[in-house]
Amino acid sequence: MRYAETGYNLEIDLSSGNIEKVETDPAITALHLGGLGTNAKILWDTVPPEADPFSPENRLIFGTGLLCGTPAVGANRTIVTTYSPQTLLMAYSMMGGFWAPELKHAGYDKVILSGKSPSLVYLWINNDKVELRDASHLQGKGTVETEALIREELQEPNAQVMSIGLAGENRIYYSSIEHSRSSASRGGMGAVMGDKKVKAIAVRGTKDLNIARPVEFIEHCNDVLNYIQWRADNPVQHVPPILAGLGSPQEMAIHDEQWHTTAFSWGNARYRRKDFWTEEVEKEWSEIQDGAVQRLISCYNCPMKCGAIIAYPTLELSKYMMKCYSKLTYVMGAMADNLEFGFRIAGLAQGYGVDAYTAPQVMAFAVELYEQGILTDQDLPEFPPDNEGRFFYLLEKIVRREGIGDVLANGVYWAAREIGNGAEAYDSNTIKKHEQIPIKLGMLNPIFFLMLSTGEKINITQIEGQLPQAPFPDREDREEFVKDWIQAPSDTIKEFFLNWELRGDNAFPFYPDFQTACELVEWQETMHYIDDSTGICAGLSSFPIKPPYHINNLPGLISAATGLDIDRDELWNKIVRRNRSLMRAINSRRGLRRSDDKPPQDHWKKRFPEHEAKLLDEYYKFKGWNNDGIPTKESLEELGLGYVGEDLEKRGIYNNGQSEEKS
Amino acid sequence: MGKVKKKVKVIRIDTDKCNGCRACEMICSAFHASDKYSVINPSRSRIRMIREPMRDVYLPVYAGEYTAAECMGRDKYVVDGKEYEECAFCRASCPSRDAFKEPDSGLPLKCDMCEDDPEQEEPLCVKWCLADALTYEEREEEVEEEVILEEMETGLKSLIDKYGLDDLIDSIARMSRKE
Ligand code: SF4
Ligand code: SF4
Ligand code: SF4
Repeated sequence: MRYAETGYNLEIDLSSGNIEKVETDPAITALHLGGLGTNAKILWDTVPPEADPFSPENRLIFGTGLLCGTPAVGANRTIVTTYSPQTLLMAYSMMGGFWAPELKHAGYDKVILSGKSPSLVYLWINNDKVELRDASHLQGKGTVETEALIREELQEPNAQVMSIGLAGENRIYYSSIEHSRSSASRGGMGAVMGDKKVKAIAVRGTKDLNIARPVEFIEHCNDVLNYIQWRADNPVQHVPPILAGLGSPQEMAIHDEQWHTTAFSWGNARYRRKDFWTEEVEKEWSEIQDGAVQRLISCYNCPMKCGAIIAYPTLELSKYMMKCYSKLTYVMGAMADNLEFGFRIAGLAQGYGVDAYTAPQVMAFAVELYEQGILTDQDLPEFPPDNEGRFFYLLEKIVRREGIGDVLANGVYWAAREIGNGAEAYDSNTIKKHEQIPIKLGMLNPIFFLMLSTGEKINITQIEGQLPQAPFPDREDREEFVKDWIQAPSDTIKEFFLNWELRGDNAFPFYPDFQTACELVEWQETMHYIDDSTGICAGLSSFPIKPPYHINNLPGLISAATGLDIDRDELWNKIVRRNRSLMRAINSRRGLRRSDDKPPQDHWKKRFPEHEAKLLDEYYKFKGWNNDGIPTKESLEELGLGYVGEDLEKRGIYNNGQSEEKS
Repeated sequence: MGKVKKKVKVIRIDTDKCNGCRACEMICSAFHASDKYSVINPSRSRIRMIREPMRDVYLPVYAGEYTAAECMGRDKYVVDGKEYEECAFCRASCPSRDAFKEPDSGLPLKCDMCEDDPEQEEPLCVKWCLADALTYEEREEEVEEEVILEEMETGLKSLIDKYGLDDLIDSIARMSRKE
């Protein structure tokens, strides 16, 4: 019997309409767990590295986490994997909600789409009955509406539906896949789904899922539940309120937005507004938020309430579900000062299915180009005078690929190069062609330098976590913090935190030493890689400070659910390192090199090129990668990925790597 | 029959606090697996979430008695301007709908308040509902003594209703010969 997983994938060739239920090899689970790990393995094995993201060869893989559907609190993630049309690398995105547990109960761990459908279809998975159905009547429909229409048409109110909107159908490079209160937004997943002409995937499942060692497992789950309850009454001290609790940042419940509005940049990732948050703003925004939020809602099997149902009288879309930070991204991008605008445009954009991180930045970029005279009235006929109006205008143009919208639809990086005329200089906030969180700071942070530069997910919130972002000024407070820091992976990291100061020798950029910096980065990243294979929400695990899931309890929990015997060493040093290096190798094969490993150019004012280069050297060494950031043949061999190293060698990837070496 | 003291177990349902997470369904199914927590399947749960986010309908409903025949009519509630689906508030395992039936056998399900030996501190769905949409109270009442059907008897009764007593006896006889 298979435990925690179903042992079956659903493989669908859209070109021929062939649907197959394929039994998976349990040995692969032992090597890669599930979710991102096994997705990456499938991508490596089955999609040639030269495949165009918009080609029938490219696959779109929806992988449930290994623990999704089990009582593990908050294990509900679907990890979506494909080659991104925007970065051209392996795209990472995932979503919460209810889809993954439903798929497990239908009897599958993954849905793997290949080929291209001749006409717009949707996929209906009802336990063993799986069919592709005509979706021509859904063409152009919004995501919220599509979900409802499909449920009605199938007469299955309990079906879980994910869908794309107009943006995905028109292959906007940052279109999302939306589902319930969640979405897979990053990397253009919606565009690949649109290219394959799949409007939606609906699933209903009523089958059993088995646990290997139930009594032991439920004890772990109870501990997690208890800790969540305890943490609700014991917020972390000395950090901004938005970071003190668990879950995704609690933007729907909390009114205090001082941290986001004053620490993050406005406009085209340009302006810090350190004085923005006043009592007046707080009062006004609180009222607007209270008027808009109808109910706080959760994902499957999770007590945190990170999402909300939004209903506001002036909304373009009468109602929708919102998650965390999207309430601010449009407001800050448009320099709008007006939270109501945020609720209005976010709903509309969600219906079209665009990434709420990237879309506002592309719009802010366009507004800036217009102000600088690089884009003109010819490019933007009847461009409204106010920023709010401009954002609505741009959204409509982009999702239809109309006029300049066709260029902007490819994201800042590609648009800047197509527009030319100096536009490249305004592309200041992308890494590897992908828009980043708009943060601009003073002093180089060596830990974030490494995470931003080398993170394969190209999105800092999926790399960082668990560590306070700044040192606590008082040593006493630091000692207090460390006392019940059961989540810390080692004494080295506790020591680092205890001695970490704002100024002096123990401050950035030369503190901590290289070895500790590497350990800190690897620990944070490792926690995300575990979540991405188990499907546990980062909001309860890798992201917040002092979470209920951590490196010291996850091995036992995973073992009890699956029956695999995984200790901390196996989980971290074998499985995660294997998955991490495999993902790196996939990208090396697609051309990723050291020169791509860098943060947004103006992320910090104070930069230290020599120190940064040394940091990269040391980190690559630490990871078993060569000086060009490519996993070495030996280190791959050690991780049981000998076949990967051989392939890289055969393709000459190491050679051209070495030729670029400086020494 | 005389009067007896009875412990009345009450689960208070505050639908305003429900966040729609379905933990209650999940854990109920796990707890009632023949080998506790070994099998998860919300569709075997004795509590059912009616959940329609776009209409702000969040309603946990508990499985009550099995009934052989459906009602003569249906009811439809409108509360605070929200219309609930037909028979939404009804707890019966009834021939007119799929709710509160085992997905494979169709046998009726009924909430047993997680009665167990040793006794649980509180029902599992309550324990897992950290949103406090479900809370648990106990009180004592004097009631008439009554005969309560055991779980197996309820199941058998539903099979009798469905196939008739004679057919059922025949089947059982046939099956026991095969064993
Ligand atoms: S913590 Fe928030 S985002 Fe994560 S599973 Fe729970 S409700 Fe969803
Ligand atoms: S566990 Fe509580 S909050 Fe979650 S669905 Fe059930 S009743 Fe609602
Ligand atoms: S009280 Fe127990 S049996 Fe009844 S619905 Fe809740 S978990 Fe299930």
